[in-house]
Amino acid sequence: MTEINNAYLLKEIQEEFGQSLISADEPYGLLTIELESSKILDLLKYLYNHPSIQMQFLTDLCGIHYPQIIGKELGVVYHVHSLIHNLRIRIKCFMPNDQAFIPSITPLYSAANWQERETFDFYGIIFNGHPNLKRILNVDEMDYFPLRKEYPLEDGTRTDKDDTYFGR
Amino acid sequence: MSIQLADAPPGLQGAGFFATSLDKAVGLARANSIWPLPFATSCCGIEFMATMASNYDMARFGAERLSFSPRQADLLMVMGTIAKKMGPVVRQVYLQMAEPRWVIAVGACASSGGIFDTYSVLQGIDKVVPVDVYVPGCPPRPEQIIDGITKIQELVKNESLRRRNSPEYQALMASYGIE
Amino acid sequence: MQNDTLISLDQEKREYTTLNLGPTHPATHGIFQNVLTMDGEIIVDSEQTIGYIHRAFEKIAEHRPYYQVTPLTDRLNYCSSPINNMGWHMTVEKLLGVEMPKRVDYMRVIIMELARISDHLVCNSVIAVDTGALTGFTYVFQWREKIYDIFESICGARLTTNIGRIGGMERDFTKEVIQSIRDFLANFPKVFAEFCNLLERNRIFMDRIIGTGPISAERALNYGFTGPNLRATGVDYDVRVMNPYSSYQDFDFTIPVGVNGDTYDRFMVRQQEIRESLKIIEQALNNLPEGKFFADVPEFFLPPKVEVYNNMEALIYHFKIVMGEADVPVGEVYHSIEGGNGELGFYLVSDGGRAAYRLHFRRPCFIYYQAFPEMIKGSTLSDAIVAMSSMNVIAGELDA
Repeated sequence: MTEINNAYLLKEIQEEFGQSLISADEPYGLLTIELESSKILDLLKYLYNHPSIQMQFLTDLCGIHYPQIIGKELGVVYHVHSLIHNLRIRIKCFMPNDQAFIPSITPLYSAANWQERETFDFYGIIFNGHPNLKRILNVDEMDYFPLRKEYPLEDGTRTDKDDTYFGR
Repeated sequence: MSIQLADAPPGLQGAGFFATSLDKAVGLARANSIWPLPFATSCCGIEFMATMASNYDMARFGAERLSFSPRQADLLMVMGTIAKKMGPVVRQVYLQMAEPRWVIAVGACASSGGIFDTYSVLQGIDKVVPVDVYVPGCPPRPEQIIDGITKIQELVKNESLRRRNSPEYQALMASYGIE
Repeated sequence: MQNDTLISLDQEKREYTTLNLGPTHPATHGIFQNVLTMDGEIIVDSEQTIGYIHRAFEKIAEHRPYYQVTPLTDRLNYCSSPINNMGWHMTVEKLLGVEMPKRVDYMRVIIMELARISDHLVCNSVIAVDTGALTGFTYVFQWREKIYDIFESICGARLTTNIGRIGGMERDFTKEVIQSIRDFLANFPKVFAEFCNLLERNRIFMDRIIGTGPISAERALNYGFTGPNLRATGVDYDVRVMNPYSSYQDFDFTIPVGVNGDTYDRFMVRQQEIRESLKIIEQALNNLPEGKFFADVPEFFLPPKVEVYNNMEALIYHFKIVMGEADVPVGEVYHSIEGGNGELGFYLVSDGGRAAYRLHFRRPCFIYYQAFPEMIKGSTLSDAIVAMSSMNVIAGELDA
């Protein structure tokens, strides 16, 4: 039996999703691949149902914003874990700012429901096929996506702060 | 076991009678039987649990009975961060309380937003409701919370019966848009 | 089951009531809103609203130097702050690629396991309170104060500890600290045994919570459960064993698992974990290695004050650290630890700047709380309350 490790995992993914795989790397021992965003659900389904890999645990899902990389401004990062082989993989999908659409993985993982809503809330990424995509942490009336880099951290209503004392 | 009794207010005393003003008697009774409404949202709420539990035992100060319903509460204790989403809820709870009512902001977040000067956090609950006592700390120690309660007791004890009808108080309420 | 029979009895149109549970409710221990659709006393459906204390941790972390993120992690799961602190330190250490001396690892293990005990004590005693038994709560809270005293003598704070530093601990354990931990180990088991006697095989308590809020292992995994809630369903996933960090591989302990994934199993898994934690602390304390309490990372670990005042190099490092100008490598790292509620993960993307480019917290509460409607469907309102307190949803961790 072949050993289930990063190299094997990458080989399996390359065979099945060779055209959609953009890059692969191994920072700090965790296999990290970049994938075309439209293929994410297919890949996760493949890994979920793969007879030997069995990646069936969604650890984490979050968004990321790189305003300086044109055409790949918004990203979603998935961490998936195979509890049987104790093997993790990180999958990144990037999208342009004006077409921030990605398939929802809620049909596969119930855990993705709120995490996708949170990502939508923070970055405005639309998850196609999500059952209830609306803001989760912020108020519904909010008209921007606060974790995008162009929006400020601080509350605008404070009047008691003198910028000269903060070195700004 | 010695039980400490509250000191009698100043008044006229003789054989078989004691006379004092009504607001002093009412203040004494109110101050030593405050019913707090714990509005605990985050970390400070856990310190409040410690304050209520056996080691610190806030009941020693006459606040034995927590009132989880705002209708019967005298003191609104806001403990923890109040996000902008939560602001209207704090206000509604305050409106549901009957006069006379007091408010204590426990912890840096409730007092001023604390370290969370962010887009989502209300920068102090005094933006939505008037506050009587602020307790600093992130989170305050149980001793500090008890100190805040005793400060409230002083306020309660010395409040005149007409304060809530005074024009200053009505102006304060009007500044928060409360009728 | 109960629902099915009800529906088959009368097919006529039923009238549902809507019940608003929260955002502030004495029985929810935090601010979550649940809008329940009730058929009499049976919950038909529920809709959750969260975000009432959303504080934008992730945005703050993008604007603060690395060492200033530690106080934010305190406020995630504030019942066991030290675990979160350690998790963050280890994440940055992983990014920097530094190894900790064994002594640091062991000191961290002691602190983390003490925090786990205090976390589980809160949760379990609150389950008892929600079923009407206040005695256990007032009893174990005295002993939780002892844990706070230990934390206080280690770092000066009780609840939001900010304990340890990137690259080690801020100071060594003093003799008094070691003694107070030994005292705790000697005396706490007796108290805890009484707490166990009070509840574990208590007929009333068992009847009340066995079978409430159950979830199967498959659904729990699909929902991303971790920690005691997952182990109660029978899955033995524990980060301490699966991906050992901070020398957990040196210790001998077992991972308790449940069978049914109901409230009683969650309660019992936590009870058993408290015992295992005591075992770990004892081993760590007995085998505490000699050596330095910090690693050799002068760029991150504050030099002693004497050095700062008398030595140019130390002064420069001190200045650089405090101003947050220490150099970090470019890279991305995911590190997870076993928090009080499950796998607490830190996904850190660094672009070499003074602050993290992106920091995402994998908050176990946030992920498993979404299963709540499924768990309480068809049960009574009072069962839902108990199920919620046994899930130990901490608002700070839920909303970040």
